[in-house]
This record gives sequence, structure tokens and C-alpha cells, in this order.
Amino acid sequence: MTALLPRRGLAQVLALIVILAVDRIVSPQFFDLRLQDGRLFGSLIDVLNRGTPVALLTLGMVLVIATRGIDLSVGAVMAISGAIAAGLADSHGLPIVLAAALGAGLVCGLWNGFLVAVLGMQPIVATLILMVAGRGIAQLITEGRIVTFSSPDLVWLGNGSVLGLPVPVVIALGMLILTAAVVRGSALGLLIEATGGNARASELAGVGTRAMILSVYVWCSVCAALAGVIAAADIMGADANNAGLWLELDAILAVVIGGTSLFGGRFSLVLAVLGALIIQTMNTGILLSGYPPEFNLLVKAVVVLAVLLLQSPKLSGLAGIAMRLRRTKA
Amino acid sequence: MTPKVLLAASAAAALLLALPASAAQLTIGFSQIGSESGWRAAETSVSKQEAAKRKVNLKIADAQQKQENQIKAIRSFIAQNVDAIFLAPVVSTGWDSVLKEAKEAKIPVVLLDRDIDPSGKDLYLTAVTSDSVHEGAVAGDWLAKTVGTKACNIVELQGTVGASVAANRKKGFDTAIAKHANLKVLRSQTGDFTRAKGKEVMESFIKAEGGGKSICAVYAHNDDMMVGAIQAMKEAGLKPGKDILTVSIDAVPDIFKAMAAGEANATVELTPNMAGPALDAIAAFKEKGTVPPKWIQTESKLYTAADDPQKIYDSKKGLGY
Repeated sequence: MTALLPRRGLAQVLALIVILAVDRIVSPQFFDLRLQDGRLFGSLIDVLNRGTPVALLTLGMVLVIATRGIDLSVGAVMAISGAIAAGLADSHGLPIVLAAALGAGLVCGLWNGFLVAVLGMQPIVATLILMVAGRGIAQLITEGRIVTFSSPDLVWLGNGSVLGLPVPVVIALGMLILTAAVVRGSALGLLIEATGGNARASELAGVGTRAMILSVYVWCSVCAALAGVIAAADIMGADANNAGLWLELDAILAVVIGGTSLFGGRFSLVLAVLGALIIQTMNTGILLSGYPPEFNLLVKAVVVLAVLLLQSPKLSGLAGIAMRLRRTKA
Repeated sequence: MTPKVLLAASAAAALLLALPASAAQLTIGFSQIGSESGWRAAETSVSKQEAAKRKVNLKIADAQQKQENQIKAIRSFIAQNVDAIFLAPVVSTGWDSVLKEAKEAKIPVVLLDRDIDPSGKDLYLTAVTSDSVHEGAVAGDWLAKTVGTKACNIVELQGTVGASVAANRKKGFDTAIAKHANLKVLRSQTGDFTRAKGKEVMESFIKAEGGGKSICAVYAHNDDMMVGAIQAMKEAGLKPGKDILTVSIDAVPDIFKAMAAGEANATVELTPNMAGPALDAIAAFKEKGTVPPKWIQTESKLYTAADDPQKIYDSKKGLGY
């Protein structure tokens, strides 16, 4: 594990282990696993399964943030693609449903990328447009109601299993491997980081920064569209009002927990996904704990603060000084 | 000659059409919030049906969730000198000045579905709303009656934390089951009124309660969360409706589908028919001068599998839920 992770991943792994341990304390059966109708069943599987949408969002978000951008529209894109998938599911085959939903994501990504890369708009404002308008588009598609479907193919995407693992988890894993292979298997990752580090210098050095920026927004929206299809498949319906609501913030948080700076120039895919898992491990733990729901957000805020403090170089410097002082006294 | 005859004929026809209208037909302006939810869409379509039934000319203005649009709509209704105004207020404050204008124009205002802040009580004729505490109580009473004397552990899916509806539905249910020592709420967590969260929270309840063996019933503050919870139970190998009783509130079409499949037991209706009682109150007020009570409570009807859920599903699904 440590061989796979860069050394800066230590804080995240530690945080995950601590939160898992706390989950085990509040819910003694947390690590229990059994087979139920041919699929693994247990809280750990819930963490992976429920963490899938945010994990998929982070795959795109981390690349966008690496170029010093941000994409606020991912939640709305989820709602759009879910609405399209649900609307087509009962009348068309899965390939067409997926093509239409992901195609919509592609168009959304091109729109965001065009505003940022070509027109030079501030990413936060450019993607805010789609964040607001996108949910409206989704509501227009569903006419404000929850569109349900029964197509077994699409339902399988949300509720089926492969080798005991839920299909969404397998998809997210596949997307992580694919994204990592593309950006880290080639110089693409480096070029994205260069764009975020100093766009002007990179351009002078011959990096196609415009193409880089455009493509990360497209990838981000495609990942979001996939997350939207999975979210719709999970509840066998598209809920345009609530699908993906505020998930853009969870995705950004996951990227930040994963140690990627919002100022761009450096990113880690694996750690960002780990960040998403940290968030979900905490969410599932809160649900299992049985505390009154009024505390949910408070607990979440405290845990996030603790995880971020754990990564703060200044704070670890202080801790080092304190330890040295204690040692000299003894 | 011919055009003149035609004109005369059409004028006569228009007069014929207009006559009964001016004699008895009421024109009512309805400022609707917008299409924030399926229930809201159903309320709009049921209002149209109820108005057509009573031959009332109902003008609906969609405010797209904005108070300023509602205020504009009310002003335009006043300018058109309608007989009454229905208002489904998007927020509870800020209505004083526009309602005063309506009062000065002697146009009665009826609030639908939601109340406004107490300072404006004399500014409207009556409010037609459901009592969400009572809804929770109806759900609790049904469960107590169904379970009888055997011990029953309940898990509760709450609405959004801080929403008054969620607090009221919890309060009503808690009060109803407090009289029965064998009923106990084991776990209670928010599902934010959504299917996805309802499913996720139910999954965690099942894990936390040893695979769901110790859960006897689920109470959800709305049907959408219950639809999600039913999926979670099925995926865990449990039989909702048989192993675990379900009771929820709202009576949206999809819960009747689940009920018809034997996967849900009961739902308490939040009726989308707020306009019906309001139209009756206005008719009585206009014809006989009867002043209605300040609050007209709508019926919180309980539906179970005994009520032919498939038929109700068919009748409700076209309403826009």
C-alpha cells in the first residue's frame, strides 16, 4: 500500500484508519461481511457503494483543480444525465441510454471548457452558470417529478454485483484505473500540472494549455454524468430536485482532503479518491452511531477540520517542536 | 349584409356565453408557488379540476418559487378585480402590504397549504392547510392498532432537520405511540425527504440492528424516503410489508404501487385538494356571507392495502406527482 502511495499520503491513510476505528467503536458490527443473494453485504460495502458518486466526481474534479480551476456544476450535471437516463431507460437499450446520458455530460463539459479556456472566464463563475441552469434543465426533462423506470439493465448498473462487489464500485475502480493510466501513463498529467502551475510559462514552453483546460472540464462532466446515471439506477428513478445536490462541495472537499492544493499545479488521483472514502466512512459512521441527526453536520465539520489540521505543515512543525522539548526535559 | 349578420350572430353568441358567467360564475386568481415538487404539480392540477367542477374561472399564476412574482400576481389579480384570491405563500413573511391592498379592494384572500406569520391574521379570510402533527398521529395510531400488544421496535426516517413539517410529523407520531409501552423508536435519523438518502439511512439501520431482525416497523416522514427504504430492505433479503411493517405520509402514487405489490402497508394522505375546501368557503362567503373559521383543516386520510392501491395509483399518476 505505502509503495503505491506517495509519502504525502500518510496523513490521509492515518485519517482513514482512525475514522474506521471510531466506526468500529460506535458500531461493533462495522467490519462484518456476509453474502446476501450473491453479493457482499456489510457496512464496509455500504461505504464503498455510497462513496461511489463522490469518488467518480473527484476523478474529474481533481484534474480541474490541478489546472487551477474548479467545477461547481457537477451536481447539476448528475441531475441532467440521471434525468436523461431515466427518461430513455424503458424505451431504449442500455448502450443508447448510456450514450445519451454521457453525451449530455460531454456537451456540458464542452460548455464549461469553452467558457473557461476560450472565453477566459473565471472557472468559479463559468461553472456556476451551469450549476444553476443545469438543475433547471434536469427539472424540465423530468417535468419536476421523479421519473421511475424498471429496465433491468439500468437497474443492474446501480444494484447489481460483479464477483460479490456492487457494480458501481467496480465502475468507479475501473474509472480510477483508466484515468490514472491516461494521465500518469503519459505526459498528460505533467502537462495538466504545468498548466495549473503557470499557464503562461507553459504556453510559451509549447504546452497546449487551452486544450488541456478544455479536456479536463470535459472529463469532469463525463465522470459526473456517469455518477448521475449510477445515482439514478440506484433508486430506480431520476429525482432532478435532489440528485447530486451539494455533491460538488463534497467532491471539492475530497480533493482537498486528498492533499491537492486549490492553487493547482499538483494532484494525486488515488489520494483524492481516498478523500472521498474518508468522507463516506465518516457519513456511514454517523448514520450507524444512532446519534440524533441534529449532530450530523457538526460531527462532520469537526472531523474534516481534524483531517485538514493533520495535514497542515505548520501544525506538524509545532508538534515536532513540542516533542523535542519534551525529550530535552526528560 | 352577410358580414353584418355574422357580426350580430357572434355578438349574440358572445352575450349568451357571457351572461351566465357574469350572473353566477366566480373568477378567482390563484398565485401558486411554482413546481417545486410533484405534490405541488398535483395541487395545481387538482385545483383546476375542482374549479371546473364548480364552474369557477380559476386563473393560475406560477411564481417560480419567488415571492416578488407572487406579489406581482396578486397586484394584477386586484387590478383585474377578481372575486377572490388564493395564495400558496412561498415564505411566511413580507405579505402585509400586498394583502392590505387586497383588503382595501374588498377581495377576500384564502391561503392554501401554508400559513403566514401571525401579524397578518386579519389580512386573510381563512387558511386551508393540513395539520402535520395530526398526520404523524394518524400514522402512529395505525401502527399501534396493527401491532396490538406485541413488542415492536420502530426505526424512523425523519425529514430534513429544521423543517417544521419534519418536526411536526415526529411530534404527532411520538405522542401517538407514547400511550403504548410496547412501541419503541429504536433509531431515528434524517433522510432529507429524498429517496436516495432514505435508502442509505435504511441500509445503515439494517446493519446496525443485526441485519434488520430486531426491526418491526419503519416510519418515514414522507413516501419518497419509504420508497428508498423499501429498496434497501429488499436488497438486504428482508420482506418489507411482511417482515417489517411500513407507514409513511403524503400518499404519492409510487407508494400505492409498492402497496399493490405488498411491499408497503400504510400511508397518510397529504391531500393535494386544498382548493376544493377553499372554493366552498368562498362560495358560501359570497352567497350567504358566511365567514369561515380562520383555519380549515384538510382531512389526513389513511390508506392501506385494503383500499385497492392499484386503482388509487392509476387515478393519481396523471396528476403530475
